[in-house]
Amino acid sequence: MSDPSKAPSSGEVIIEFRNAGYRLPGGTALLDNVTFTVQRGETLVLLGRSGAGKTTALRLINRLVDPSEGEVLVEGRRTVDWDPIALRRHIGYVIQETGLFPHYTVEKNISLVPRMEHWTDLQIRTRAQELLALVGLDPALFLKRHPHELSGGQRQRVGVARALAANPPILLMDEPFGALDPLTRAEIRAEFQALQRQLGKAIVLVTHDTSEALLLGTRIALIEAGELKGLYSPSELLHSDEPVAAAYAAQLRALERFAQGEQP
Amino acid sequence: MNQFLAQHGNEILEATFEHVWLVGATMLLAIALGVPLGIVVARKPWLSKPILGSANIAETIPSLALLGFLLPLPWLGDRADRLTVTALTLYALLPIIRNTAAGITGVDPSIREAARGMGLTDRQILVHVELPLSVSTILAGIRVATVLTIGIATIAAAVGAGGLGEFLFRGLAMVNDQLILAGEIPAALLALGADLLLGIVERVLRPAR
Repeated sequence: MSDPSKAPSSGEVIIEFRNAGYRLPGGTALLDNVTFTVQRGETLVLLGRSGAGKTTALRLINRLVDPSEGEVLVEGRRTVDWDPIALRRHIGYVIQETGLFPHYTVEKNISLVPRMEHWTDLQIRTRAQELLALVGLDPALFLKRHPHELSGGQRQRVGVARALAANPPILLMDEPFGALDPLTRAEIRAEFQALQRQLGKAIVLVTHDTSEALLLGTRIALIEAGELKGLYSPSELLHSDEPVAAAYAAQLRALERFAQGEQP
Repeated sequence: MNQFLAQHGNEILEATFEHVWLVGATMLLAIALGVPLGIVVARKPWLSKPILGSANIAETIPSLALLGFLLPLPWLGDRADRLTVTALTLYALLPIIRNTAAGITGVDPSIREAARGMGLTDRQILVHVELPLSVSTILAGIRVATVLTIGIATIAAAVGAGGLGEFLFRGLAMVNDQLILAGEIPAALLALGADLLLGIVERVLRPAR
């Protein structure tokens, strides 16, 4: 079943995990023997409980940590062979708490990386305006505001804009919509689907929310206790026999039954 | 009173300037040393105990005794102002180191994570994120250190480095209240003024939140 709302992937592998694992210095494995690929234009959702190792997987991609076993490749090159700064500037990173710099205006937040990459003032200003418009915020109203003058949803949008600033081919999103109220979340999700189509990036999105995974993912990687339990398309996940996948599907169906029961 | 001022006015003014000079030199030195040390304490936990420990010990030595300890040192003991500024700096360091470290470690971890994830180098994180966000904490430390130093600087007179302490020591020796007050009042005014001024600087520089 092809879903027109999802950008077709070009087949070009951008991120690859090869038997990658990460242990804490004490020996506890946060992620163990994980293998998968992410292609350009696709959104891979890492779905799992809190503490399952999803965030660790993201941090392996932008080399906030190095794999203890196996390897992670970005654009065909092992992350440990990348200069970490160059790698991270090549990757947009959105985290749940947004991590916006409270002492910077929205404009300065968005333009920090371009400024460090020595863009001209004009390029920087144009880009900031363009990005705010892209995430649905009026540049005239928001460029000069500070993060504390924004609502949670607006902050989240600025976080996305900032991650996109230097036009990275890869976007990592760690529960980007987690802290939002359900209505704002639904709104931003819908806008994000439109963005995905426009951008054609390789996106890895972490969530513990099944419906978010089904809505936004072209593929879903199920992670449980540091292990990859399987890779599914959204419809496969709903019909899988794998116990963890089935548990997620059952939880969703229970909600659905409840909703139907409410309607005459 | 008027007669006293007519007689000692210039002397008081001169001593006040000396006092300000001693405190100013001390604070410049203490900030130049204390802020980097505070950064080291925040960044390298294994160095935090020795650094904070030493600064703590310096703080506990009585000021006269500290001057006595430093006196035999070659270059320092040669001149009274060097000696005094060194001793005062040792006292001023602790609040500056401690507050700088507290400010930096107090930065929201998610902000630091975002900065690292965006590809900022450690130095850029320090300059663009950590220091601006800890500016008011650091300034609070400098403020405490300044007020403290203005008080302790009166001890400079004991080794002949001048300052408002001259009046205190003379007044104490001669049991003359007027002389004591001639040192005490300007010192108190200096402390209040410095506190007020640095409070304003703090408010101006405080980042929006």
